Amino acid sequence: MIDEAVSESSTAADRARRFVGEMVEPLAEKIDREQHFSGQLVGALGEQGWLGAALPAQWGGGGLDPVDYGPVLEEFGWGCASARTLLTVHNMAAQAVLRYGNEEQKQLYMPGLASGRSIIAFALTEPDAGSDANAIGMSAVEDAGGYILSGEKIWCSFGCIADLFLVFASCNGKPLALIVERDSPGLEIERMTDAFGTRGSELARLRLDGVRVSAANRIGAANAGIRFVANTALDHGRFSVACGTVGIIRACLDTCTVYAARRQQGGAPISQHQLVRRTLTDGLVAYTTARALCERAARLRAAGDPRAAAETALAKYHSAEAAIRVANDAVALLGANGCSPEFPVSRYLRDATVSGIIEGTREIHQISLASYALQRPWTDA
Amino acid sequence: MDVRDRIRSYIGANVTQILDDDDDIFELGLVDSLFGLQLVSFVEQEFRVEVDGDDLDIDNFCSIAAIDRFIIGKMGAGSAP
Repeated sequence: MIDEAVSESSTAADRARRFVGEMVEPLAEKIDREQHFSGQLVGALGEQGWLGAALPAQWGGGGLDPVDYGPVLEEFGWGCASARTLLTVHNMAAQAVLRYGNEEQKQLYMPGLASGRSIIAFALTEPDAGSDANAIGMSAVEDAGGYILSGEKIWCSFGCIADLFLVFASCNGKPLALIVERDSPGLEIERMTDAFGTRGSELARLRLDGVRVSAANRIGAANAGIRFVANTALDHGRFSVACGTVGIIRACLDTCTVYAARRQQGGAPISQHQLVRRTLTDGLVAYTTARALCERAARLRAAGDPRAAAETALAKYHSAEAAIRVANDAVALLGANGCSPEFPVSRYLRDATVSGIIEGTREIHQISLASYALQRPWTDA
Repeated sequence: MDVRDRIRSYIGANVTQILDDDDDIFELGLVDSLFGLQLVSFVEQEFRVEVDGDDLDIDNFCSIAAIDRFIIGKMGAGSAP
């Protein structure tokens, strides 16, 4: 029974593993080094259905539920964290449009988003508003059936190539979410370079100077921009980062096990050295536990369980922390080679570190998960 | 338990202070961003109502009384079994 269940649910993951192995992973080092994500690869991700994999078939998406989508994200995380980031930001913003958009908005945007013909980026963070999203300074002034937006957004992943932006702004003190189109007059997009990790994420700084947006582009209620729209998107983002980060752990293990078996020191492969063996064991435990938490979160998400958001945050926190630790150990296990561009582990460490910050920092998770602990979730597990 | 009792019981189990039915749980800072999403899922699961985009207004979820009014309204509109 278990084998059958695994077999059925791994179909999408198997396809993802082949695609990533052939089309994505071979480019990962180049993407990282050149800090550029190829437009050709973006096109392939859309054509092959990966950008819309978790969006409903009704709109042309793949219709994967979280249980099937999670392992797909792991494959992308294994092959290239920047590619996984594209899936993350596109899907999280699209899911917010799907959840909060009205029928006209869905008719207008979802076919393009599900097919990947249209890329959407998530524009929340500002120079003075990070973890405290309620502090956003982007202003929205009501004007003639719409809003005039002014302000700045930073760290907008894939902002350099996005066709649409889900932008959060404050209107009379109330946070709202608006879709801004790339060619809007007054929108200036500037590439951000030399980030520590996920360097192929086409990061952008957005400057909006009197950008006029129709009221028809508002997603959700006028006061729900952060509490519901942004948080729903971030919840999807956390699931994506959690599963993708499991892939980083697996990539570290792939490199470390091969290296440890081949590398001879003291007349024996270093895999026979006791402290190296401990590193491999710790890595295996990290992979197994992180994956189990992601699977649990996926099942709860698929069931619409009220605990799903918190369990997703738990999975993301654990996976990211574990990946940072495992990648750090991987660099150490490879010694000087770990610091060389000839091996991928230093990239894994940089990418894992970013995973620990995005969609909620380590510290924010430590605070919010304590609230979940006080709910004593294990009593109804 | 009636609708309000079930809401009160759920929120009461998740916040650390005694609440009046009209207390704004968001304004009082009693719940975090995760609980906001948790609350919406609870309403959908517990009362079998469909919460659509237009419903996701802070005013519908900010207090026990507001959620009660929202659910009764949805049930009255025939979206509940």
